[in-house]
Amino acid sequence: MKARPRAPFWAFGILFGVLFVLYLPVIVMVVSSVLTRTDHWVLTLQWYRLVVHDRELIDALIRSLEVGFASSFISTLVGGFAAIALVKSKFRFVKPVEALSFLSLVVPELVFALSLLSWFFVLRVQLSLITVILAHITFSLCFVLMTVNGRLAALDMTIEDAARDLGATEWRILRTVTLPLIMTSMLAGFLLAFLLSFDDFLITFFTCGVGSDTLPIRLYAAMKSGLTPQLSALATLMLAFTVALIFLLKRARGLKIFGQM
Amino acid sequence: MLRVVNISKNFGNQTNALKSVSLNVNSGEFFSLLGPSGCGKTTLLRIIAGFETASTGELYWNDQRVDVIRPQSRPFNMVFQRYALFPHLTVFENVAFGLRVKRVDTRSMKDRVENALNLVGLWSQRDRLPETLSGGQAQRIALARAIVNEPKILLLDEPLSALDQKMREYMQTELRELQQRLGITFIFVTHDQEEALALSDRIGVMNDGNLEQVATPEELYERPNTHFVAHFVGSMGSIRGSAVDHQSLQLPNGQVIRGNLGRVEPGLTAEAFIRPEKVRLSKIVVGATKLSGDGLRFDRGEGVNKVRGKVLNMAFKGLHYELHLGIGPDQRLRALVPPEKMKFGISIGESVTAQFSPTDTFIFNCPSGMA
Repeated sequence: MKARPRAPFWAFGILFGVLFVLYLPVIVMVVSSVLTRTDHWVLTLQWYRLVVHDRELIDALIRSLEVGFASSFISTLVGGFAAIALVKSKFRFVKPVEALSFLSLVVPELVFALSLLSWFFVLRVQLSLITVILAHITFSLCFVLMTVNGRLAALDMTIEDAARDLGATEWRILRTVTLPLIMTSMLAGFLLAFLLSFDDFLITFFTCGVGSDTLPIRLYAAMKSGLTPQLSALATLMLAFTVALIFLLKRARGLKIFGQM
Repeated sequence: MLRVVNISKNFGNQTNALKSVSLNVNSGEFFSLLGPSGCGKTTLLRIIAGFETASTGELYWNDQRVDVIRPQSRPFNMVFQRYALFPHLTVFENVAFGLRVKRVDTRSMKDRVENALNLVGLWSQRDRLPETLSGGQAQRIALARAIVNEPKILLLDEPLSALDQKMREYMQTELRELQQRLGITFIFVTHDQEEALALSDRIGVMNDGNLEQVATPEELYERPNTHFVAHFVGSMGSIRGSAVDHQSLQLPNGQVIRGNLGRVEPGLTAEAFIRPEKVRLSKIVVGATKLSGDGLRFDRGEGVNKVRGKVLNMAFKGLHYELHLGIGPDQRLRALVPPEKMKFGISIGESVTAQFSPTDTFIFNCPSGMA
C-alpha cells in the first residue's frame, strides 16, 4: 500500500518561517528582559528586581488580579446557571436569547467599550474599579455560557429525570448530579474569563477611573515614556502567567471531578 | 392495582397524544404497552412516572390518587431507554443513589446495594464507572438502581431497544425471571410485538393515542379486536376488498373471501388477515384442474377460502420456508411451508393456490384514511 503523501519540504519551510516571524518579537522581548549592557552583554535579573520593587506596578497587578477574580467568579456563577436554565427551559425564545448572549462575541470591542462608557455616564456611575469589574463581567459572561452550554449539550439530560425518579429534590439533583458533571466546564469557563480579563486593555481603558488602572493600562502608560528593559521584564512575567493559565485550562478539560454526596 | 382513568394528554398545539385512556394493571403483573413509535405509549408511561402531567384524567394506586403527587414521592421507579446512569458515579454509587436520598442507614444501604447488584450479577463491577460498561451491563445496572428501592411498580421504557439482537434475547429471559422472582408489577413499553408476546402476562396495544385492545398474548394473537391489532400483532398476510355482508368481502377480481373472526360493515373497504402458518398451498397443474375464467369458484357454504397467486419471493428460515404470494396489485399473502412440503418444488414466478379456512380468517373494515 502506498503511504500517504508527505507535505513537501518547502511547506514546512514556510510554516517555520511564519512562526519564526510571528514569535520573533516575543523572543526578543524575553531575551532583552534578562540582558544588560555594561562593557559587554551580561545575563541579569536586575530588571525583574526593578519590577518587583515598583510599588505602582505591584498595585496595578493587585488591581488586575482583583478585577480578574471578581469578574470571572461572578460571570462563572451567572453564566453557568444561565446555561443550566437555558438547557432546561421550554421557553420558546430560548434560541433568540442564546443568540443574543453570543452577540458580544461579534460586537467590535471598541463599540462595546464605548457603549458601556456612555451607559455608565447616563446612569451617573463614577468610574472606578467596580465599573471595570462590571464591564469585564459583561464580556466574559458569554464565554462561560458557551463553555458550560457545550458541556450540557453533550449530556443526556434524562439523568435528571432518573434522579427525580429516585426521589431526589431539585436542589439535590443540582448539587449531586448536574453541578458535578459541569464542574470542569465551569472551571474552564472561569479560567477563560480570567485570562480575558487579565490582558484586556481596550474595555478597561474606557471604563477605569482615576487610580483604578490595571496592569495592561499601566504598561501602556509606562511605554509612552520609552520602552525599557523593565517593561520587557514585566511583559515576560505576564506572558509566563498567561501561558501557565492556558496549561491549567488544558488540564481542566481532561480533569475528572468525582461528585461526592 | 394501578388504575388509569380517562387519561388524555395534549402537547401544546399537537392535540391528543393520548385520547382518554383507561386501564387497570394488576399487582405482580408483567404488563406491556405495545405500539408503533408516536402512539403515546411512552407518554403514558411518563405520566405514570410523573414526568409529564396528564391534561385530564386520574391515576390511582390502590385507591390512593397518585397523579397529584410529585414523581419523587410515587412508589414507582423507572428504567430508561438509554439507561440514564450517572456518568460521574461508580456502579455502586449509582445503585445507592436512591437509598442515600432516602437516608437509609449505611449498613442496610450497603446490604441492599449488594443484593441488587448480585441479582443482576454485577457486584464484581461495583467500582467501575458507567462509561466502561457494555450496553447490556449498563442496562442491568439501571435495573439494579431501580429495584434496589423496592418499588411497587417498575416502569420500563423500551429498555432493550438499544441492545443488539443476542443481548436483547438474553435480557428478555433475565427480565422475565427477575420479575417472577421479585413479584413486582412491571409496566414495559415496547414497539417490538415479539418481545411483548414473549414477556407479558397482558398486553395493551396502543395506536394513535388510543388503547386498541388489552388482552393476554394468546388472546391478542388469536382474537385481535381491531384492524390495527390484526395488522400490528403477529405477522399476518392480508388481502383487501370490499365487504359484501358482515362476514365476507369481495376481492377486485370478484372472488369472495369469508372470515368467521371479526365483523365488517357491508359496502365499506375491508381487509382479511390470515396467519402465514394457516395458509396451505397447492400447485396448479395445467390441464389437471380446469379453471373457470373468473378464477376459482368459491363455495358459499362451509368451504375453505381459495385464492390463486403467484410466488413472488421465497426465503428459507430454518423451520420453514416463507413465501410471498402476489394475489393482485399490492395484495400479498404470506405463507409458511415446512421444508418437507417443499419437495413438490415451488419456485419463484409459479402460480399456486392458497387455501385457508374461514375459521382462521380475520376480517375488519379498513380505518378511514387507508386506501
